[in-house]
Amino acid sequence: MPSELIHEFMRIDHLPHIWCPGCGNGVIMRDVAVAIQELMDDPEVKLNREKVVIVSGIGCSSRAAGYMDFNSIHTTHGRAIAFATGIKFAKPELEVIVLTGDGDCSAIGGNHLIHAARRNMGLTVVTFNNDIYGMTGGQYSPTTPAGDKATTAPYGSLDRPFDIAQLAAGAGATFTARGSVYHVRETIDLIKQGIRHKGFSLIDVYSVCPTYYGRKNHKGGPVEMLRWQKENMVPTARYYAMSEEQKAGKLLVGTLTHSEYPEYTDEYDKLVKRVQAEMAGR
Amino acid sequence: MSMAKKAVLMQGNEACVEGAIAAGMRFYAGYPITPSTEIAEQCALRLPQVGGKFIQMEDELASMAAVLGASAAGIKAMTATSGPGFSLKQENIGYGCMAEIPCVIVDVQRSGPSTGLPTSPSQGDYMQARWGTHGDHPVIALSPSSVLETYTLVIRAFNLSEKYRTPVIFLMDEIVGHMREGVTLPDPSDLIVNKRKASFHDGAYKRCYYVPEGQYVPAMKPFGAGERYNITGLAHDISGFPTNNNDQAGALYTRLMEKIDRNVDDIVRVQETMLDDADTAIVCFGGTARAVMSAVEEARAQGMKVGMFRPITVWPFPEGHLRARLPGLKRILVVEHNYGQMFLEVQRVVAGQTPVEFLGRLDGTVIPPADILEKLRRMEG
Repeated sequence: MPSELIHEFMRIDHLPHIWCPGCGNGVIMRDVAVAIQELMDDPEVKLNREKVVIVSGIGCSSRAAGYMDFNSIHTTHGRAIAFATGIKFAKPELEVIVLTGDGDCSAIGGNHLIHAARRNMGLTVVTFNNDIYGMTGGQYSPTTPAGDKATTAPYGSLDRPFDIAQLAAGAGATFTARGSVYHVRETIDLIKQGIRHKGFSLIDVYSVCPTYYGRKNHKGGPVEMLRWQKENMVPTARYYAMSEEQKAGKLLVGTLTHSEYPEYTDEYDKLVKRVQAEMAGR
Repeated sequence: MSMAKKAVLMQGNEACVEGAIAAGMRFYAGYPITPSTEIAEQCALRLPQVGGKFIQMEDELASMAAVLGASAAGIKAMTATSGPGFSLKQENIGYGCMAEIPCVIVDVQRSGPSTGLPTSPSQGDYMQARWGTHGDHPVIALSPSSVLETYTLVIRAFNLSEKYRTPVIFLMDEIVGHMREGVTLPDPSDLIVNKRKASFHDGAYKRCYYVPEGQYVPAMKPFGAGERYNITGLAHDISGFPTNNNDQAGALYTRLMEKIDRNVDDIVRVQETMLDDADTAIVCFGGTARAVMSAVEEARAQGMKVGMFRPITVWPFPEGHLRARLPGLKRILVVEHNYGQMFLEVQRVVAGQTPVEFLGRLDGTVIPPADILEKLRRMEG
């Protein structure tokens, strides 16, 4: 029951949230909470709630950290992954989950995203990707599709957009996936896989921003924007059963890349043991 | 019991690392930049030996962010930089002030704005150490003038940082950073090292920034220790959550400033040498004190009554100490490797009671004692 989830995992004295009616962010926040809950209840994982740290940056997405009843830190714009790196490296036993936005993690924080991916730092990054800067009132972001409008692109954006998951994969992320606010169950499962994955994982969750992106680009209201996700984003089993012609223009909801590589803090622990053994042997 | 230690030849930047490790620093995140790079190199070598963490981050902003994250997770953390890197770190230094996360930021000052003269001495970041990040915020900055003092003072930087829950700027300069001196390091067991106050209040996150009446520093518990709470750089109430309530925001900002202002006597340290009978005081800080002391000794040999007033705590400026000296002084000379920055603080404190003159240098070379003597003669003339 959603209401029980709220009482258990949300700081209800800090609700209602600040997001606009129809915003997808609340759905993603709930997905993260359900993923954590299911991993706490999973006898194989037994995720310890006290060891979960939620790190966020600045923007609409990043208000989620404060609503969630975990260790939470709402950092500076773009730097969530860098703060998270410090937390994880200092205390590797912590389960560090970064909640960030398309602007926060791929524009001002793009450097931290690619380098944390390159190091294979054991973080789980969940992007609330709404194709726009919502908090500041609708400016174009690195994921705004070319030609689309925003308050700073009144004649249409000339920028070629990023695919954040592809960007992270290219930088060495060992687990990347795409979710959406329409595909709730699939997205929860992807977040769970990301948390369980040993190494850097990124789940790029497509949110919807009817207030700014939707209105500026005549995408309709929340229902129409969710319908677009339903019709154009396809879960794994169905996607791979489709012909190449059917796949044209469709986006996979599911795991995009998954590989194994030594996790950074594990490797550092080994380095410390080696250095100390060499010292003791002298 | 202390073990007798033999003298070693050590660089200022190395002493900074050894002092930090003695203080319990076990996390360093940095980015290479001259003339502070030896600090990163030494940390990379030494921290794994003591079970600490070293990471070279992708940029200066990330280094500062990682340090704050590590400190929030309960580990004493440091970063080091110079000139351009100090500018890049400023936003997150402000976050540390606002969220009250202890850490030490070393700035080995180099010459000039922008890229400037990377290997040349300067003290041009004195005002930046105070006002580098935006908005009203508290600052503690300490500045050493020798290799040995770098070792002992960086320990004090960590102690103050933990005690007042605030970032402390360790304001070195190229002179001290790259100077090599024979030093006998004190045994770490003889040094007083402050531990973080780990007690917490009832009600967990709802009162995590609560401070009892008459006190200024909230207790702090690291992430993962069983108290779920929130940290933010937004103006927040005592629960650590964002607030738009002007009374609550005002109370926070006031407390942040007052926790330093009301504890100035505890924070401020000054070296006052040969000032008791002096009619002339030379005010200086950091590596500049080396040339000033030579000039003072030479001036004394020539019969001039000159002494040195050296703030060791450079922020807050030790205005009480200086004001107490004013009745005996006929003139003050401020010597800095900049265009006149601490000079402005001295003028503010003196407020016209005593003539204040300035000797500075901007070309990337050091001020020789002879120039200081010449200036003294002209002032007395």
